[in-house]
Amino acid sequence: MIASDMRTKIDRLISAGQLGEGLHFLSRLWAQEKSTATASFLVSRFERLRPQLKLLPYRVGILRSFTVEPMVPLLRAAAFCAGIDLQVYLSDFNAYVQEIVDPSSSLYEFAADAVILAIQTRDIAPALWNSFSLLERERNHALVAQITGDFGNWVREFRRHSRAHLIIHNLEQPVAPSAGILDGQSAEGQKAAIEEINRELRALCAEQVGVYALDYDAMAARHGRASWHDEYKWSTVRLPIAAPNLIHLVNEWVRFLHPLTGKVAKVLVTDLDNTLWGGILGEDGMDGICLGSEYPGSAFQELHRVLIDLQQRGIVLAICSKNNRTEALEALQNHPGMLLKPNHFAAVRINWEEKVQNLRELAAELNVGIDALALLDDSPVEREQVRRALPEVFLIDLPSEPSQFACAVRESPIFERLVLSSEDAHRSAMYQAQQERQQLQQAVSSREDFYRSLQQEAEIAPITKATLARAAQLIKKTNQFNLTNQRYTEQQILELAASRDWECFSMRVQDRFGDNGLVGVALLHHNCEMCEVDTFLLSCRVIGRTVETAFLAFLVEHAWARGARRLQGWFVPSSKNAAAESFYPRHGFHLVEQNAKGGLWSLDLAQQVVACPEWIRLVIRNGAE
Amino acid sequence: MSLPVADRVRAIAADVLEVPAGTIRSDSSPQNVAPWDSVHHLNLVLALEQEFGVQFEPQEIATMTDIENIVSILRRRLNDHCA
Repeated sequence: MIASDMRTKIDRLISAGQLGEGLHFLSRLWAQEKSTATASFLVSRFERLRPQLKLLPYRVGILRSFTVEPMVPLLRAAAFCAGIDLQVYLSDFNAYVQEIVDPSSSLYEFAADAVILAIQTRDIAPALWNSFSLLERERNHALVAQITGDFGNWVREFRRHSRAHLIIHNLEQPVAPSAGILDGQSAEGQKAAIEEINRELRALCAEQVGVYALDYDAMAARHGRASWHDEYKWSTVRLPIAAPNLIHLVNEWVRFLHPLTGKVAKVLVTDLDNTLWGGILGEDGMDGICLGSEYPGSAFQELHRVLIDLQQRGIVLAICSKNNRTEALEALQNHPGMLLKPNHFAAVRINWEEKVQNLRELAAELNVGIDALALLDDSPVEREQVRRALPEVFLIDLPSEPSQFACAVRESPIFERLVLSSEDAHRSAMYQAQQERQQLQQAVSSREDFYRSLQQEAEIAPITKATLARAAQLIKKTNQFNLTNQRYTEQQILELAASRDWECFSMRVQDRFGDNGLVGVALLHHNCEMCEVDTFLLSCRVIGRTVETAFLAFLVEHAWARGARRLQGWFVPSSKNAAAESFYPRHGFHLVEQNAKGGLWSLDLAQQVVACPEWIRLVIRNGAE
Repeated sequence: MSLPVADRVRAIAADVLEVPAGTIRSDSSPQNVAPWDSVHHLNLVLALEQEFGVQFEPQEIATMTDIENIVSILRRRLNDHCA
């Protein structure tokens, strides 16, 4: 459908009150034509629909040394399509230092969730950008040290006043070095100097929580440095980026926005025929399908490589395909061109059932919400069916040409991550162990026998920098076994952990099948003789294995030892946390208050104890006595 | 797209200036279209550059005083391109 027809259709759907379809076509229009005109159209329609939509509000501040105004509608349009209602604050040109150091600046007043620091090389370091002299080594060194030091100071100053995430553009290389090819011969040339700053910037981001580098230089190179700029507009309206490239910077921002707002897929569910290989296995047979080093088989192998990359990033892979199960698994195991093997997949649905039902089952088996699934399927018909029945599923629009499949997946921002915990990297192995556990549970008759046979060990420790990323991830994402649904950022957790009245604990669980990783978080707030459980949550991975009792037993002991006489905590019901509803009463707590928010439960520590189940070995680490 | 240049320009201007499609005429200008300020003008220039695959020069941008002028600048550009 051409864009102008799509606009007419969208307006018709909206005025007919067909909201869902209207939204769908708005996203389609955006996918088809990410231009300034389309963005303007989209933003005006979303603004009108906003009261009827459940959008996630998010606030982004942009500190900049150049014109970014034309990028704002593009960014807001992209965010709207992702379900995010984005408010944007722009600093004055080159006012970033004042905005950062002044605690009462408009930036801090705006209360951003994330701040982008977008400074160009030519603005922050004109001497590195133009007329760079290889001969002035001392001066060049001093310049690099000064800029690196400035960035460090700004980040520390920013952290004193704000908990927001901070995204810093790194410095771009000039299109051509001042010294020409001579620059490549010098270890201390122009390119090397800018690289050095970028290296230091990366190190700075790595050591700070919630501070991230955006590789602006690589982005400009990727899209063609020679045609990246528009020098006319730079000199007239301070817009350095050429019109067709504005969207590339916006897309890069969107890649950060997805993980920051949690709009990400945890599981990629892939089809088989014409998706993981060319041809139809049932008709062409294992020898007939296309998969290998020659085109078109090479295009599918490239997709395999991308999926393996995603798995390394912590994204779980699953299969949903209409095929004969035995035949398909055999091809996965034995086809010489197959890079993905059956053990790459944590769950498999290869049958002739409806895709929608299979997806529901996969989500249940992997213990994730439907909205955590992304579907990779070459058939537009299947995708359309899934979209209508399960609009929460992320659908990856595959082009018809297989050589573009890999790129389509790689470009999707729903697989981006900003931090990687060791759990992420080993998630797939954990799911496999989970399958084995379930098989054992079926084999063992009584529940207690099952618990005993698991040989579980719960290790409790204060949250440290090493475990912070995972703890924050749990706090952000856990919905089922979560008593209060309090959400904290990494930065906030760090502050709580440093405060005298608060204690932050994590629990790691191992069993005979392997390490489940960090699966529990509890935050305690001490107030004289009263100790309040502010947060208590358990990853869905270990629900139903009594480890929550072990964790609570520790908290009870610990609070008593610290002088508390009463341990209390709220249960705040949500649409998803029924699994935790009976947690307090089950362990002898009494209801002392009930209001619209929920119930407050209390345990008299002088009278009552909570025993750790005999089948769990409790290990207390690092001063968490 | 096979629509004439003038129609495409008017459609883009309506989008960017956030006014109903069809209200932009050849004599529409910053003087008679309320939202048409400098930020919208820049966005309009960028939208046209994206749509027509051209990059305007400062003197061209300076003479974009109404829709008719914009259309004639674009026609000239596109013909140059073909020639």
